[in-house]
Amino acid sequence: MIENFILTLTIFLPLAAGIVVLLLPSGNTRLIRMAGVAGSLVTFIVSLALYVLFDPARAGYQLVQHADWIPSLNISYLVGIDGLSLLLILLTTFLTPLALIGTWNSITVRLKEYTVMVLLLEVGMIGVFASLDLVLFYVFWEAMLIPMYFIIGIWGGQDRVYAAVKFFLFTLSGSLLMLVAILSLGYFASIVPNGHFTTNLVELYQVGASLPVNVQLWLFAAFALSFAIKVPVFPLHTWLPDAHVQAPTAGSVILAGVLLKMGTYGFIRFCLPLFPNAAIQSAPFFSVLAVIGIVYGALVAMVQTDIKKLVAYSSVSHLGFVVLGIFSLTEEGMQGAIIQMVNHGLSTGALFLLVGMIYDRTHTREIKAYGGVARLMPVYAAFLLIISLSSIGLPGLNGFVGEFLVLLGAFRSVTLQSPAYAAVAGLGVIFSAVYLLWMYQRVMLGPVREGGLYGGHKLTDLTKREIATLIPIVIFVAWIGVYPRTFLSQSALVSKRTVEYLQGVQRSAPAPLTMRAADGSMQELRSR
Amino acid sequence: MIAYTPLLVLFPLAGFLFLGLAGPRLRNEKLIGIIGSGMVGLSFALALGILMQMLGSAPEERKAVVELFPWISSFTGTMGSFSVSVAYQIDQLSILMTLIVTGVGFLIHVYSIGYMHGDRGFWRFFSYLNLFIFAMLNLVLADNFLLMFLGWEGVGLCSYLLIGFWYEKKFTGDAAKKAFVVNRIGDFGFILAMLLIFVTFGSLRFDTVFAAASILSPGRTVMVWITLLLFLGATGKSAQIPLYVWLPDAMAGPTPVSALIHAATMVTAGVYMIARCSLLYALAPVSLEVVASVGAATAVFAATIGLVQNDIKKVLAYSTISQLGYMFLAMGVAAFGAGIFHLMTHAFFKALLFLGSGAVIHAMHEEQDIQKMGGLKKHLPVTYWTFVVGAVAIAGIPPFAGFFSKDEILWKAFSSDFGSWVLWLLGALGAVMTAFYMGRLVFLTFEGKERFGHDLHPHEAPKTMTVPLMILAVLSAVGGFLGVPKSLLGSNAIEHWLEPIFDPANHKLLITEHDIVWSEYVLMAVSVAIAAGGIYVAWVMYLKRTGMADRLAARFSRIHRVLLNKYYVDEIYDASVVNPIVTISDEYLWKGVDTTIIDGSINGSARGIGAIGSALRRIQTGVAQSYAVVFVGGIVLVVGWLLLQSH
Repeated sequence: MIENFILTLTIFLPLAAGIVVLLLPSGNTRLIRMAGVAGSLVTFIVSLALYVLFDPARAGYQLVQHADWIPSLNISYLVGIDGLSLLLILLTTFLTPLALIGTWNSITVRLKEYTVMVLLLEVGMIGVFASLDLVLFYVFWEAMLIPMYFIIGIWGGQDRVYAAVKFFLFTLSGSLLMLVAILSLGYFASIVPNGHFTTNLVELYQVGASLPVNVQLWLFAAFALSFAIKVPVFPLHTWLPDAHVQAPTAGSVILAGVLLKMGTYGFIRFCLPLFPNAAIQSAPFFSVLAVIGIVYGALVAMVQTDIKKLVAYSSVSHLGFVVLGIFSLTEEGMQGAIIQMVNHGLSTGALFLLVGMIYDRTHTREIKAYGGVARLMPVYAAFLLIISLSSIGLPGLNGFVGEFLVLLGAFRSVTLQSPAYAAVAGLGVIFSAVYLLWMYQRVMLGPVREGGLYGGHKLTDLTKREIATLIPIVIFVAWIGVYPRTFLSQSALVSKRTVEYLQGVQRSAPAPLTMRAADGSMQELRSR
Repeated sequence: MIAYTPLLVLFPLAGFLFLGLAGPRLRNEKLIGIIGSGMVGLSFALALGILMQMLGSAPEERKAVVELFPWISSFTGTMGSFSVSVAYQIDQLSILMTLIVTGVGFLIHVYSIGYMHGDRGFWRFFSYLNLFIFAMLNLVLADNFLLMFLGWEGVGLCSYLLIGFWYEKKFTGDAAKKAFVVNRIGDFGFILAMLLIFVTFGSLRFDTVFAAASILSPGRTVMVWITLLLFLGATGKSAQIPLYVWLPDAMAGPTPVSALIHAATMVTAGVYMIARCSLLYALAPVSLEVVASVGAATAVFAATIGLVQNDIKKVLAYSTISQLGYMFLAMGVAAFGAGIFHLMTHAFFKALLFLGSGAVIHAMHEEQDIQKMGGLKKHLPVTYWTFVVGAVAIAGIPPFAGFFSKDEILWKAFSSDFGSWVLWLLGALGAVMTAFYMGRLVFLTFEGKERFGHDLHPHEAPKTMTVPLMILAVLSAVGGFLGVPKSLLGSNAIEHWLEPIFDPANHKLLITEHDIVWSEYVLMAVSVAIAAGGIYVAWVMYLKRTGMADRLAARFSRIHRVLLNKYYVDEIYDASVVNPIVTISDEYLWKGVDTTIIDGSINGSARGIGAIGSALRRIQTGVAQSYAVVFVGGIVLVVGWLLLQSH
């Protein structure tokens, strides 16, 4: 029985927690913080049930729940997961409590509203990953913008309003086009014989593939623009550094850790299977942008003077690997992209936590203001080193698994047909070492600053609470690095089927005008 | 015994984890030292046991693979999809490397107990050293390229951590970062090579790849690419032209690190990798020529720099680069066995020389300038005598270890089908310089007058340091007997032992055993004369007529300055590669593309929209229904247009 509502429970638990927090007295900050953490922790524990109940050997969507919403248009509350959404939902529920615990003392004004916003954000993120109805997906997608906007705009740094508006406008301009595309898709579903308007993703998989290529391309472009902004794909990335620098730590952690993955998730879940011909045609285009992003992001990260900006640009580089893996349209590339999404969430989430921890002590993000910190904060030094190495892609830690699979996928891709993509992307291997180790050297190594003062403050090593925040991340960083099977086997089937489907389409080009079953789950869903 | 192979790797891993986590609370140097050394000692003992078992079995039964668990894979189960396991392979080559790594490693661990005494990072040092042994054993025992790469990058990490061990000094951080980044340039080649190997052979397992390669005939372009990309990796890890520049700076690390990582083991990883892939190189004779040329050039180039350096560790560092050049020369002329033989003897005498220099530096209170030493032999008798053994071994004086291995390489450089008199000449030139700078080092450091202050009272190192020196001195003296050539009535045991490994490559290259010819004896005599001559010249210049060196330096001041400044290669790299990349990234990419072009156009269009908005404000009626009409109308227009497009 639990299978029928566990997903809905996971999505809306943070909402319930948010309502509880709202009812608490504003003065009792400790209680508010405890309630926020408890709410997100319970959500995490409940989400573990998804992992237990999910069967990676079964194709299609699982733990599906369906309820009518706007029956006349066949718009429904339809949620369900496959291996991809499972991993991303778990990443979300894992990172949210850590973001709250790791920034326990960082927020002092309007704490109650802040806690509610973070919890609402979590609802939106889980909802995005679980929705199987495009309108439902769109609602969650937009809903999550609002709390993020406030988190940056109210609790951010000096230029928070500029950053918040930039974030909002960039994302919104993309997603409005996506709404048009969603409605168009629903319309196209209604004009085929025996068709009807629908936004049910599983039904639309058949519709999209049957569209002529030029129509596919337009709709694909509308979706892809929205996702590409979110990832962000070069050259649509300039909102990211501003948003990251201005956002409070927990905002950055969630933004980098989860929000960016909604873009790459969108590519895999919607763009590829809905518009296979368009996806195949534009694969080289997106791969070129991805490769540019990898090298460009790394080079620009290298010359940053602000630690947070450096980490933000490193995201552009790392997400480039994800996009490249997806558009290699190979199993290795897809699997690499998926695990790289998780990796980036862990590593960059942790990097932002670490930057936040030292920022809380010194109130400066200027790399120049540091040096010799390792002597004063040896535990911090160890954590920062491990996470940096994971981000650099050291074999044995998580980053390498994703990067190597992506490079291999791009290298052997039939769609891309050139080893040049992988070769240029491989340069990222060199540059990531440069910018992270250079940052590490300038911040951590060298002699202690005069008087041991940083930004006028003395440094103390990590507290037990901070260590407790980082240890779970480090465990997963090592786990994925040594035994990625635990995670990759979850998404193996969805990767395999997506790639097989696209390769099938590619072989039988030009565009099939007949109906085509995208996924075995379609029939399964109908039989319910 | 062979079934316990994974334990070889797990002992040092356990040591690393235990010391890394519990180290700060142990506060007992003796305990930390015993655990750190003990774990490596256990691995060494186990490796000996495995060797005994191998010796007792037939040559074709000396190979085994122990598979642990699947590592990186797509896990989709599709035919031909990528999959690689954590699996270890024991064979004649990997056990030899394991013995060198754990044996020399164990001695250096013990030595470090004395050398690092009183350092506040004592526990950290031993945990890093254990991590290094773990990574290095992964490198040599891996049964596939990807796991080898894990070890390859792992040793690079340890090198980074240990070069920067005294991180509060400014220079160590620079040197550490430089080492890692330069190595990564090589690793870029390694990664691309792995991708090519996988698409060519469908696997990254050595057995599968080599089996598939054995039926190919030489001359395919893809094999040239694979081998050259792998060689790019080797030039990074093993400090060859053009990526050698990190190794001299790496001397910023504690001296035991220089001995273990930057002389005896890690830097030989590139040589090991080519030996392991000898069959692939045999399929790309062009690449062999490249390897031989780069090796010979590096051997000479680095030796010229070593002639004039005054830092005791820098001399040894350039000497290491030069000696690694010999090993690559051997690989390049398809004398794989000779290269591995030199790798082994070099591990003995170079570790000895570095540890000896550590004892000197220790006694001189961190002084490293040999111009400020002299006459140390009466203060440090054990260090002196062991150092001399190491010096004559590397100079190539028979019957010490270096003579046999280097002479074998020179002979093959001359006589092999892939050799030539040019390669031999370069090798011989390097050899005479080697003998000279080693003589110079010994004479300036230990002989002659004391050139240091009288307040300094050098004293011999403790037992934990001198005993490893003595053991290594014995090995440097007799280690060569494992490879006495047939021409000297030896059995060349080591080459014979390694034969099964290199047979496929030799077979491919149609290499057959030569009969003994008179020219071998002539060249051998030349080698000995060269070694003795180099030492003699150094004796004349630095002991007999003490002013002579300075007069020569003044007379050829321009050449001297160029050598002293290492041909200005660091400066050239900075000006031609490093600075342009930083400037372009900063000025053009970040401030140009990001700020000016992208954000500029977006802010510009935002301003434009704002202007349009003020104009359009007039149609803003506030009536919701009219908005809805326009909204729906817009959707209909778009959809209608799309429909028209589709027909």
